[in-house]
Amino acid sequence: MTSFLQQAFNGLVSGGFYALLALGLAVIFGMLRVVNFAHGALYMLGAFGAVVLSDSLGLGFWWALLIVPLVLAAAGMLVERLLVHRLAALDPLYNFLLTFGIALVCQDLMRMKYGSHSQPYAGAPFPGSLDLGLFTFPTYQVFVLCVAAVVCLAVWLLLTRTRIGTVVRAATERPETTRAFGIDTGRWVTPVFGFGAGLAALAGVLAAPMRAVNSSMGADLIIIVFAVVVIGGLGSIPGAVTAGFLIGMLQALGNLYVPVLSQTSVYLLMAVVLLVRPAGLFGKEEHA
Amino acid sequence: MSQSPAILSTQNLVKEFQGFRAVDGVDLNVREGTVHALVGPNGAGKTTLFNLLTGFLPASAGRIALGGRDITGQPPEHIARLGVARSFQVTSLFAEVTACAHVELALQATAGLGRSFWRSDKQMRRFTSRAMELLDQVGLARHATRSAGSLPYGHKRALELALALALDPKVLLLDEPTAGMGLEDVDRTVALIGRVREDRTVVMVEHNMNVVGSLADTVTVLQHGRVLAEGPYRDVRSDPKVVEAYLGADVA
Repeated sequence: MTSFLQQAFNGLVSGGFYALLALGLAVIFGMLRVVNFAHGALYMLGAFGAVVLSDSLGLGFWWALLIVPLVLAAAGMLVERLLVHRLAALDPLYNFLLTFGIALVCQDLMRMKYGSHSQPYAGAPFPGSLDLGLFTFPTYQVFVLCVAAVVCLAVWLLLTRTRIGTVVRAATERPETTRAFGIDTGRWVTPVFGFGAGLAALAGVLAAPMRAVNSSMGADLIIIVFAVVVIGGLGSIPGAVTAGFLIGMLQALGNLYVPVLSQTSVYLLMAVVLLVRPAGLFGKEEHA
Repeated sequence: MSQSPAILSTQNLVKEFQGFRAVDGVDLNVREGTVHALVGPNGAGKTTLFNLLTGFLPASAGRIALGGRDITGQPPEHIARLGVARSFQVTSLFAEVTACAHVELALQATAGLGRSFWRSDKQMRRFTSRAMELLDQVGLARHATRSAGSLPYGHKRALELALALALDPKVLLLDEPTAGMGLEDVDRTVALIGRVREDRTVVMVEHNMNVVGSLADTVTVLQHGRVLAEGPYRDVRSDPKVVEAYLGADVA
C-alpha cells in the first residue's frame, strides 16, 4: 500500500510536468496551428536559466521562478515575430522544421558550453520531507505538484472566465467568424506563443532542483509530452492537463507492477486512443 | 428607383489564383439602401467576390471603396468594424456554444466591453434580451439553449443570419442565405431580409430565383469572374446573354 501511494505520488509529480508542458503546446497549437518542436528546448533552457542565475548572479530559486519564464516568454515572442510568423502562410511543415531546427540549435549550444554531463543546482528550496503517516514525500515535490495544479487551474480560468480567454478560444475554433465579428485575432498570436513558451520555461525552473539538468533533458521529455498531447486531443486544454496527469500515473504505477512495460505503456495507450478515438480523449473531429 | 449613391463599390477588381482569374475586372456599384443580388453559375466568382469585399482575401488588383473610403487591403476585422457584416457559405458556428450565447458574443463584440478583463455573467446578461429578440426574428427563439452543433442545417443558416444582424451593419452581405432551407424557412428568411433591409444595404449571393425576384432591386450576373449583365431583375431575366448563360434552364 505504501509503495503504491508513493508511486502514485511520484506519478502525479511527473504528471504535473507533463501537464505544464502539454498545456503550453496545446495553447500554441490551438491559436497558431503550429506544433512547437522547440518546446522541450524551452524546458531545458528554463532549467539552465535557474542554474545560471544561481551560479553567476547568486539569484536563488524564487528569483529564477519569476525571471526565467518572463525572459523565455519574451524570447518566444521574438522568435514568433521574426520567424514563425513569416512561415505561417505556408505549409505547416515549414514551421515544424523551423521549431525542430531551433530545438537542435539550442540543445547543441548548451552542450558546447556545458558539456553533456548534468549541472548541479544549488538553490533548491524546501529541503526535507513531509511525513504524512503512511509515507513521506519530499517537501519540494509536494510544492511542485501544487504549483502545477494551480497553474493549470489558473490557465483554465483565464481561458474560460476572461475576455481575452473568450477571444482566444473563439479565434482557436473559428478564426474567420471571429474576425467577421470585428475582432482582431492577429494581435493575440504573439502573446499566446510567448505564454506557451513561458509555461515550458516555468516547468524547466521547477525541474532544476529535482531533475538532472543537461542539454538533452528537454528532448527526452518532449517525446512523451507529444504523446500526452495526442492522447488528450491536439489543441484541447483540458485534454492536455488530464492526459498529462494520467500518463504520469500510468508510468509510475507501470514501473511498480509491470516494469517491462514502463517505457512502452505511454505509446501503447497512445495507439489504443488513436484507434478508438482518433481525435484524442478530449479532442473534436476537425470539420472542413 | 432613384439613384442613391454607391455605398460599396469596386473598380476593376481582380483576384487571381495561380494564373486562374476567379474575379476578373469587376466594377460593382452597390447603391445605398438597396438589395443587390449576385447571381451566376457555380464558379462564376461570387463567393470569391464576397471574400474580397470583406477582406478575407487580398485583391490581386483593383480597388474597393466603402462609402467613398478606400478599404482595399484592409483586414477583415477592420472592415467589419466599419459596418460590413457577412454570413458564410460554409458553417462557421462554434459547435458547442448555444444559439443564444452565439448572438450574445456577437453583440458583445460590437459593444466592445472596453477594457474590462473579466467576462462576468452579469455583463453577458445585459445582452441576453437583445439576443433573444434577434433569435425570435429568425425563428429560433425555441432553440435558444441548444448548442449550434445540434441544430439542423436550416436553423444553422438562420442563426448565422442572426449573428450578422447582431453586428447591426450598414451593409449586410449574405452568402446564399436560403441554401439548404425548407420552403417554410425560405419564406421566413425572405420576409426577414425584407424587414432588415429597411435601414441598411443588403448584398446577397443567391441561387433561388424566386428569392432574388422578390427581394433584389439590382441583380448582377457574373460569369467566369466577369459581369455579364446588370440591372433590375426583370430586365436581367430577359437579357439574351443571361438566358443563354444561366437562367435559361430555370426560368425562360
